[in-house]
Parts: sequence; structure tokens; C-alpha cells
Amino acid sequence: MAFLEVRNLHVEVEDKKILNGLTLSVEKGQVAAIMGPNGSGKSTLAYVLAGKDNYKVAEGDVLLNGESILEMPPDERAARGIFLAFQYPVEVPGVATMTFLRTALNAQRKTRGEPEVSTPEFMKLVRDTAAHLGISQDMLRRAVNVGFSGGEKKRNEILQMAVLQPQLAVLDETDSGLDIDALKIVADGVNRLRSPKRSMVVITHYQRLLNYIVPDVVHVLADGRVVKSGGKELALELEAKGYAQFQGEAA
Amino acid sequence: MKADVRAIKTPAEQALSAAFAAALSEMPGRGPIGSLREEAFRCFDASGLPHRRIEEWKYTDLRTLMREAKPLAGPVKSKGSVPSLPGVEATRVAIVNGRYEPGWSDLTSTDPGIALSELFTFLEDQTTYRDGEIPGKDDTAFWLNTAFMTGGVVLRVKREARDKRPIHLAHVFVGDAGAAMYPRSIVIVEPGAQLTLIESFAGPADVDYQVNSALELVIGEGAQVDHIRIGHDGNSALRISTLGVSVGTKAIYRDFVLTVGGGLVRNQTFTRFGGEHTEATIGGATLIKGRQHVDNTLVIEHTAGGCTSRERFRSVLDGESHGVFQGKIVVGPHAQKTDAKMASHALLLSDEAEADNKPELEIFADDVQCGHGATAGALDGALKFYLMSRGIPETQAEALLIQAFIGEAIEDVADERIRDALMGEAISWLEARA
Amino acid sequence: MPAVQETVEQVRRIDVDQYKYGFETKIESEKAPKGLSENTIRFISGKKNEPEWMLAWRLEAYRRWLTMREPTWARVSYPKIDYQDIYYYAAPKKTSLKSLDEVDPEILRTYEKLGIPLREQEILAGVERGDGTRSRVAVDAVFDSVSVATTFKEELKKAGVMFMPISEAIREHPELVKKYLGSVVPTSDNFFATLNSAVFSDGSFVYVPEGVRCPMELSTYFRINEKNTGQFERTLIIADKGAYVSYLEGCTAPMRDENQLHAAVVELVALDDAEIKYSTVQNWYPGDAQGKGGIFNFVTKRGDCRGARSKISWTQVETGSAITWKYPSCILRGDNSRGEFYSIAISNGHQQVDSGTKMLHLGKNTISRIISKGIAAGKSNNTYRGLVSAHRKAKGARNFTNCDSLLIGDKCGAHTVPYIEAKNSSATFEHEATTSKISEDMLFYCRQRGMSAEEATALVVNGFVKDVLQQLPMEFAVEAQKLISISLEGSVG
Repeated sequence: MAFLEVRNLHVEVEDKKILNGLTLSVEKGQVAAIMGPNGSGKSTLAYVLAGKDNYKVAEGDVLLNGESILEMPPDERAARGIFLAFQYPVEVPGVATMTFLRTALNAQRKTRGEPEVSTPEFMKLVRDTAAHLGISQDMLRRAVNVGFSGGEKKRNEILQMAVLQPQLAVLDETDSGLDIDALKIVADGVNRLRSPKRSMVVITHYQRLLNYIVPDVVHVLADGRVVKSGGKELALELEAKGYAQFQGEAA
Repeated sequence: MKADVRAIKTPAEQALSAAFAAALSEMPGRGPIGSLREEAFRCFDASGLPHRRIEEWKYTDLRTLMREAKPLAGPVKSKGSVPSLPGVEATRVAIVNGRYEPGWSDLTSTDPGIALSELFTFLEDQTTYRDGEIPGKDDTAFWLNTAFMTGGVVLRVKREARDKRPIHLAHVFVGDAGAAMYPRSIVIVEPGAQLTLIESFAGPADVDYQVNSALELVIGEGAQVDHIRIGHDGNSALRISTLGVSVGTKAIYRDFVLTVGGGLVRNQTFTRFGGEHTEATIGGATLIKGRQHVDNTLVIEHTAGGCTSRERFRSVLDGESHGVFQGKIVVGPHAQKTDAKMASHALLLSDEAEADNKPELEIFADDVQCGHGATAGALDGALKFYLMSRGIPETQAEALLIQAFIGEAIEDVADERIRDALMGEAISWLEARA
Repeated sequence: MPAVQETVEQVRRIDVDQYKYGFETKIESEKAPKGLSENTIRFISGKKNEPEWMLAWRLEAYRRWLTMREPTWARVSYPKIDYQDIYYYAAPKKTSLKSLDEVDPEILRTYEKLGIPLREQEILAGVERGDGTRSRVAVDAVFDSVSVATTFKEELKKAGVMFMPISEAIREHPELVKKYLGSVVPTSDNFFATLNSAVFSDGSFVYVPEGVRCPMELSTYFRINEKNTGQFERTLIIADKGAYVSYLEGCTAPMRDENQLHAAVVELVALDDAEIKYSTVQNWYPGDAQGKGGIFNFVTKRGDCRGARSKISWTQVETGSAITWKYPSCILRGDNSRGEFYSIAISNGHQQVDSGTKMLHLGKNTISRIISKGIAAGKSNNTYRGLVSAHRKAKGARNFTNCDSLLIGDKCGAHTVPYIEAKNSSATFEHEATTSKISEDMLFYCRQRGMSAEEATALVVNGFVKDVLQQLPMEFAVEAQKLISISLEGSVG
């Protein structure tokens, strides 16, 4: 069994059917890219994995390490190792990034029955990671995402990922709104977290990101299901031919 | 009611009671209208003129400020015309001394989509032309208006009718001696219709006349109404104008009230959103000096969800004038997804002027976005200096800044010609100041 | 869509029935007979050995009170208070103490349960800060109507600072009390202040002499124990020229079925260049899940920035009491004086809060700053009512106000009623207010990072109130944060 198994997932959002029998597996240590036109269900997949409200699973299952996660609330899934890098990271006024991170990390540890992280240990971890991502000490003291530029928000997501050390990282259009330089820093951060023990699902509309985060496998989504899978060359093929070839197929 | 000790009646209250008793049998309107008047006066009599301990009248203590109640104004005998708004072609409906005067009005250009009738003619036939209660029905001034109503018009804009030409309800007082008028009008805009309504109030200088007006505005589903009110009463006039608006589903309501005249003026607006997805913008500009007292009070009630309301008021206070703004946004428990914002800004030009601002929020639903802001202050000294350093004399520099300040409020008015006319009033006020 | 259903459930299960401090101390107490009459007043005055002028002052207040009517304008509704059905004086029997050893041990145990360090040893050890150092807090504990013990008197005495129960000050320093008592809140001020002037039982008196910076934070804890007693403290704090004092007031009360009345008066006077910081963390019993019982909190608190360049700041965290009616105010009389108000008010269950502040600008170039954060949950109603006014002669007055409300769940109400009155053109007033809820996106974001719905709510609420928490003295900030979590998390006491 693969590390992440999505089996025949049918999902509705506000009475609209978005996922129509999506089936997908991701092995441990694998980086899988998910591409597709707008409305194909990419973000929906990300939200369903993370456990967002209002996403009704009509049929199907999602298994993480052999365990079904669909009944679990978002924080339990996080403790099990799922991390979602949001496409639009949320602002949390008045809560410093450091405070936010420490609270999250300790909450996950508590759920897993682990002891809380010690302050010096935590500070060191954050400082080192922040330095690599070009995040200043000052930014760590500011409220989460408040007044951050697009690039800063995305880097902050990667910082969180590095601190929380997930087993399955889902990156929802991490490249959206970024220029080349910002993209490189973010991709760098993600690549540093690649490991045989960690799986990643990289959701993107454009092929460009995949030049920097090279996937092991590419899946194409259209009309709420996987219509084609292949190696990293598939991404280049899509860039050349576009998604139109799949619009009809999925019908 | 009897158990409470009621304070002694003021001379004004006594005069009102006497006037009502004497005039009741002669007042226009047969049938149920008589009992409507009696019921209204009973309500008024029980509480009397509002005073500063009544929260809604905190800054306009009518009990103290209204020294006497003038006798009812008689109808005009002569023929004349009502003022129009410069540069604006509108169909004028004249309400003189509180009565509809067809002789003074433009009757030629009546759109087939608009039906006009005299107030009592309409009321005698039907008293149930709206669903539900009129917003503001429990207000003291409104009771007084219902008790004494002297006349007015009922305008009905038919379904889907889109009149390009605005209707101008011009209220005028004519006379040398102080008297009172109580005009009451009803405007019904049927679903899908569109109307631009101008309402003005004018009267001679140095005459202490009194006006208590009320307008009921019913806006049907999907309709659009632009309402512009201009108050350029005489300097000794006392006017209380009540506006009760019920807005239907998916309707758009834009209201703007400009006040430059009057000795003591209170514009009170009660708006209720009964249907979802409506949008309302209520703006206002007040320019006063001398010892004028102008109070703009609004209550915006969101009883249905998904509605957006914006209230933006600006006032310029010179001399010893007193400007009051009270704006209350009420969001009921089921009015989720309400988006309501209110802003009130006062510019004080002299040390004796006074600005009182009370922007209130009463929120009972949680998925809402509500906010208000209020500022009060003087002209920006740095900006003034900048203009002067470019050669503009001080008075002119001040005028430019004040114009910019008020201009931002007037910008909200959709119709360009009406906007220009309003700006013209503001500029006249500024020129008189120099 | 309103707050995530689960969060709403959490909040509903909250601590309304799990009031951590709700227990009763069984001691004997001495009570004046029920009801209010001139005799009651004489009884109280006699018990405290007051001089004649004090009794006369009280009686005059009582006679005036008889002619007054209870105010009805605040947005709170409560069952009529029967003023004759209350005990106006209750003191534990053993009260002539020479040392703490003589204090009724039950009382000491109560304070221990509340976590108040009454023993000198404990106090010397002091409250522990986050960074490991300890601060020193002098505590004057009031148990019902009598100050039980005042610690650190000797040290303060060396600095010249007077900190004692007001009953003692009336006896020992009558000239000071006469000079300032009633000068900020006159007897005639309002219904509850007049009542307090007639029957006030005890409270703190502080005088900091010229140029002295009070060497430690002064604190008082209150507790209402006896059934049907009103608590009528009277506090008077005077900071002479160039002086500084920080005062902390914390309150708790046991569970009761009958409502209990709390009508206090606090007067602050700051002379030239002086500064007074007054912080309150209030946690009165809020009533049970049905809204029955609970404390009625009607308080008049006013600070007079009498001197030039003086400063008074009020900081408060309110999470208890069934009905709250209080408006700590500043009279900015001295030129260049400054008034501040920082508040967090949380209401839950069936609580009703109508409170806020008044900043009266009288002198020249005065500044006021108001930051108010209201959090409403359950079926409560939370109203902020604030007045900022600049007198005709108050040239250059400036105010900045920011009041925000956070709604949790869709059965509560949050209201804002500011009165902004500018009576001269050089006043610059800015006011902004918003009402919102914790967005679902924000909650989901936090939960995806591993926090439970409760933890996420607490985190976001803490962020919401951060500006105000930062104003509290360290010790209070920590207690306040805990209190906020308890009010909103439903942890069992």
C-alpha cells in the first residue's frame, strides 16, 4: 500500500460536484505533481486532504499510512503529519509568527503524546530555518502574514513546514503570484525538505515551478479526476500542448 | 401611563394640544384618517416633546429649543412657482405651506410610468399600500406629523418604469409671519422601477416658520432609487423631517442630504432592509454658521442578510453653529453576511462651533463586517500653508480645502448635473463666508 | 456562515457553571441589621471609630440618596434591587489584630485558595516573572467589609508612601482625606456613588509624596462572602507632584443564588508631573447557565489629571459579573495631561456588560487614548459606551479611539455607542470601530497546523486583545491571559 491512497473520491462543495471519482497514490519519499486547468479540482483535493469544512465526501476514501483520515478533524490530521501550504495564507492579527509556530508544534506533540519542545531548542530550529529562507528575526516577531507581501507569505508557509516537519506536504499553487527570485527561494526551501521519509504533493497550474521542484511523477486532473499520469516529461508536454486535449476526455 | 408623574407641559406642548383639539374637526381627510390622527396625537401627548434625556434626542433638546408651536399655515391664495435646482431638468411638484398646489407645479411632462395623486385622495381609498410597518413609526416627530398632516402627494412609479427625468418635490413656505406646516408624502417604487427623487425645503429669511415633514418611501424588489434632499430654509426656520424607507430584496437605494439653511433642523432617516442583497449608500453634507443647529440622525436596520450599507457624512461648522451626527447601525440576529460601514467627519472652522458625533453599532449576528469611523478637527494647517506658499490668499486657500472636504461627500451622488448643483450650493456658502 | 459549529459548542459548554473560585468560607461574621436607615449609617461609622465629620458626611450623602432615582439608560436589564433587603456591613468577628497570626485562619485559607500571598514570607519571595526574577507586590486584602491585613507597610513607610485601609486613613490622616475625598467623585455625582458615600465600608488609601516613585506595585484583593451583603469599597489614591504609583485591583466572589450588589467608588488625583496606573482584573461570579445569580457591578471610577503634565491610565480585564455598569473616566484638567483607557471585556452566558470610558478634555493640549476590545459569546450582550469631549477652552485636545468587537457564536450581541463631542476647532478626534467574528479561514489555518478548535480560538482571541494585554503590569498580564482562556475554553476549575 502506498503512503497516501486516495480512492475513488467524490466530493461536493455547496451542492456542486467537484471531484468525480479521483484515485491517486503517493509513495513514501515521492514528490507527485498535480496539474490541471482551472476548475479541475486541484485545490479541492488539497482541502479535502487537510479536512476543511463544507467539503462533502459523497463517496470514496483517503488513507494515510493505511489509516482512513476522513473522519478526523484538521488538527488530528496535522498531528498525523499532513501539512497544507495554503495558496492564500491567512492573516492572524496580533499573533506573532514565533508564538503561532510554537503553539502549533506543541499542540501536535501533545496530540501525539510527545513532550513539548523546549524554548532554546525551538528558537534554534526556527532561527536556522528562517535564515535559509531569508526571513529576518524582525519578521518572526510580526503577526502571522499581516502586511506580508505575496512572496513573504509563501516563504512563511515553507518556514512553517520546515518547523513542523510533516510526513505529507501538500503545496497548493505555491508558485502563484511569485516572481522568479521569490520562486527560487521557495523551491530551495522545499527541496531542502525532500527526504525518503517524506511525501509531497505539489499542485500547480504552470510547469515553471516543476523546473525547480522536479517531480517523480505527474498526474493531470480534469473535471475532478485523474486523466493522465506520467513522468516529469508530461509536464513539458502539457506546456507545449495545453490542457484542451483533456477537456473532452474527462466528459 | 397614569401612574407616572408627567412633567408640566411646556407652552409649546400646550399650544399643540389646543391646536389639535380645535382643528381636528376641520382637518382634511375623512373616514379612518380621523382616528389615525387621534391615535397619533395620543401617542405624542403621552410622552411630549423629546428632551435631552431621551437618548435619540440627546443633542437636540426639542423641549427646550422649541419655544412655541406656531398656528397652522393657511393655503396660498396667489399663484407662483417653486425654486428649481439650477441646471437640472426635473418635473416639479409643489408643496406650498404643506399642501399640494397643482397650480405651482409642472404638470405637462408626466411620464406614463408615474401616477401622482393628492395625499388624502389616496389615503381615503387605501391605507394598506405597504407590507409591514413603516420604519420610524414610533418616533415622536412622526406622530406629530400624522396628527397634523396638512397635505402632500402620493407618487407611484410603476413596475419596470424608468423615468430619466427626476421628480422634484419642492416644499416651500410662503408668508410674512411664522406659521406651521405638516406635509406628508408617500413614494412607492414598484419592483424593477427606477426613480430619481429630489426633495427640497425653502422659505424666507427672518421668518420663524416651522416645518414637520414626513416621507414614506417604499422600494420594491430590484428597484433603484436615487434620493437627493436639499435644505435651504430661512435662517429662523425650525424643521424636522422624517424619512422612513423600506428597501426590498436586491434593490439599490442612494440617498444624499445637503443642509445649508434653517435655524434648527433635524433630518432623521429610518431605513430598514427587509430583503436580502440590497445596497444602500446614505450620504450627507452640512455647511452651517452663525447659530444654526443641524442634527442628522440615522437608523439603519438590517433585518435580512447579505445587505451592504454605507453611510458617509461630512459637516463644516463655522461661527457658533452646532452640528450633530447620530448614526445607528442595527444588525438583527439573522442578518448574516451584512456589510455595514459608517463614517462621519466634522470640520470645525471656529472656536465656538460644536460637533457631536455618535456612530452606534448594535450587532446581533456574527458573520458580519461592520465598522464605523468618526473624526472631528480643524483644517490641516500644513496643507493651508502649502497653498498659501503657492500664492493663494488665506481665505481662498481655506475655501479650496473646505470645498475639497465637502466635495468628497458630494461625489457619492450619481447624477452629474445634480452633483454640480449641490457643489454650487456649497460654493455659494463659501463665497458668503469670505 | 457563523463560527464553526464545534467552536460554538465549546464555548457553550464553557465554564459558566464551572466558576473556579466559587466556594464559601464558613466563618462567623458580625452584621449590621438588614436594610438601610440612618441607624445603619451610625452603626457602620461607630464600628469604624470614625470622627464626627465623617459621620456627618455620610449622613448628608444618605439624605441626598433618598431623593434620587436609579438610572435606567444603560443597555442592561436586571430585576429590581431591594435596597432594604441587603446587609450593609459584615465583618469577620475577630478583627483587632496585632499580627497576621491573629487573623481568622479560615480567612487566611481562603486567600491561599485564591492564590494571594498574605504571609510576609510569601510576599517577600514575591510573584515569579517569566524570566525567573521576582517582583514585590504589597497586598491589602479586603474580606467583606474590613481590610484584613496590610503588608509591606514598613517598607513603604520608609519611602514615605502611605498605603492603608481608608478607615485607618480617616483616623490617622484626616487632613489628607478631607482634602481629597469627594473631590473627584462628588457625593451628588450619581445614584450609586451617593449610596457608596453613605455606606462605604472600606477600601484603600494611597498617598505618594512629592517626587517619590512608589518602590513596588500596590494591590488589593476583594471578596464578597456573606449572603446578601453589598460591597461598597471606597478607594482614594493621591500622587503628589512628580510621584508615580501603579495599583492593581483584582476581584473574585463565591457562587450565590441571590444577586449581590457591588457599588464602589475609586478616586484618583494626580498633581503636576505625577502618574497613576490603575489596573483591574475582574472576575466576579457571572451567574449560572440560566443567568440566575451573579454580581451586579455598578462602579464609579474617575481620575483627575489635576496637575500639568500629569497622567492617569486605566487598564482593565473584565470577565465576570452578571451586570456590569462602569465607566472609568479621566478629567484632563491640567495642561498637557494625558488619559488612557485600555480594556478587554469578555461576556459569556447571559452576562450583560455596558461599560466604557469618559475622557473630558478641559486643559490645553491634552491627549487621550482609548483601546477597547470586547468579546461576546454565548447569549451575552456586550456594549461599549464611550464619551470623548473637548471643552470650549480645551485647545489642542487630541484623542485616538479604537474599539473592536469580536463575536463568537450567533446568539450574542456586541454594541458600540461612542459620543464624540468637540466644542472647539483645535480639537482633533479620531475614532474607529469594527465588529467581526473569528473567520472560518483563520480557524481552519490554525487547525491545519495542529491546534484544536479551542486552542485556535484562544490563540486568535489573544492576538485580538494583545494591544491591551501589553499595557498590564507583568503579573496581571499572565493572570489575565489565563483568565481569558478560562472564560472561553471551559476548563474545569
